[in-house]
Amino acid sequence: MAEHPGPRPGSLGALLADARLVAAKDLRLEWRSRVILSQVLPFAVLVLILFAFALDPDRRILGQATPGLYWLAVLFSTLLALQRSFTVEAENGVTDSLRMSGLDPGGVFLGKTAGIALHLVALQLVLLAGVTVFYGTTPHGPLLLLAAGATATLGLAAIGSILGVMAAGLKVRDSLLPLLMLPMVAPVLIGASQAFTAAYDRDPGAGWRWIAMLGVFGCLYTAIGIVAFEPLLEET
Amino acid sequence: MRPHLDTPAGTDAGGSTGLFRLHPDGTASRGSRTYGLVVLAGVILFLLVALVFSPADTGSENQMGDMVRIMYVHVPVAVACYVAFLVTAITSIAYLWKRTEGWDVLAVASAEIGVVFTFLTLATGSIWGHIAWGTWWEWDARLTSTLVLFIMYLGYLALRGAILDPVVRAKRAAILGVVAFVNVPIVHYSVTWWRGLHQDATVSKVDPSIDGLKLFALMFGMVLAVALYGWLMIHRFRLHYAAARLEASGLDRALAERRAEARPDAVTADAASTDAVPTDAVTTEGTLS
Repeated sequence: MAEHPGPRPGSLGALLADARLVAAKDLRLEWRSRVILSQVLPFAVLVLILFAFALDPDRRILGQATPGLYWLAVLFSTLLALQRSFTVEAENGVTDSLRMSGLDPGGVFLGKTAGIALHLVALQLVLLAGVTVFYGTTPHGPLLLLAAGATATLGLAAIGSILGVMAAGLKVRDSLLPLLMLPMVAPVLIGASQAFTAAYDRDPGAGWRWIAMLGVFGCLYTAIGIVAFEPLLEET
Repeated sequence: MRPHLDTPAGTDAGGSTGLFRLHPDGTASRGSRTYGLVVLAGVILFLLVALVFSPADTGSENQMGDMVRIMYVHVPVAVACYVAFLVTAITSIAYLWKRTEGWDVLAVASAEIGVVFTFLTLATGSIWGHIAWGTWWEWDARLTSTLVLFIMYLGYLALRGAILDPVVRAKRAAILGVVAFVNVPIVHYSVTWWRGLHQDATVSKVDPSIDGLKLFALMFGMVLAVALYGWLMIHRFRLHYAAARLEASGLDRALAERRAEARPDAVTADAASTDAVPTDAVTTEGTLS
């Protein structure tokens, strides 16, 4: 690799460089196609509106349930963002190209995870504005909200990447991915909702242990994903 | 990589020895029959101890009476379901390390039995809840995390069912087997904390006092549930292993047929090498693969 003036192959620098390439590719795809922006974001807002229809126009109930409804909307939107992120990969043999391009599988995983995480951050900002306006709730405890959002996003993106590539290319992937994903991320839904509840109730002390749980969850599945992507990408 | 998969069917039957060997006539063998009879005798003895000889619950503060007896089934099947998923996780890691088919077959056999035991855990837990709490379902931490576990492993089996290529299936399922098992304690603790925020755990309050013959019945039930798991494992393993042999031989058979079409004079030689397997079964399976 003498002609390749980059970090030494196999080093952490190379891993992160590969990750940046893959993440940049996914973000560029989104920038040109705007599928998340034009389809998934409106869907997320629609979910908020449907919750209001299903429960009550009374803002008291919606206000009390805001943390849970917010994270449910995030989960449903995450599924769509994942389908999108791995459908573009499965078509036209992109997975094979990625494999043959010499990218570190761990780097591919980190790149996919980072791309999905960035999409999720955009989704969450819109949803936060949505619950504030539609449900009449005022966010409190910005630090706790930020920590919950960051750790939960890492967990959702990491496990979503593992399960997304697992279901990619299968005929039944659209129905299989939610079945695999939703029970696995039950701890994220619980932890993030509870942390948000603590923040909205102005009782931030109760929220931080959930942040610890979410952090462990996110780091654990990031580590698993870096190791697991090699056998997942190599196929037969 | 997969040493057995490419050998022609027929030559492999009876090739390996022990409880896990492939039998041409079915999944039973002398060893497994003896084992099964011992387990059956154990079940009869267990029912006598659990339903007749052991006393009703009168010592504890909540006086469960005869209702305590469902615990002798509920707790052992719960233990067996966790044993089953632990075995799936261990054999999944072993598959990722060795990449031999046997580990994958062990993993799927264990997961299937685990799902059955999990369902039994939920059903008996629900019946117990109806007796103890007056409702069929309580959002109790243990019951809730078991329900999530159940759906998670239904997903595992669904993933297996969705992939036709045996090597891709084994690899993806092995990773899911590990990922799902890692998730079990996280789900458990998050659900426990989630419940803890609203009220105290309900189960610990109705736990009866366990000693003497009641303790014996419980322990005996646990041993028996794990033994039953082992017996089911032998049969499910042999069935899946035989199915994989059939699938592989179907491909061999189809290849031989195509070759024979190309060289009409060589038909007899090719047919002779593969006629150890019933023709109709093989061709049906062959079209699927």
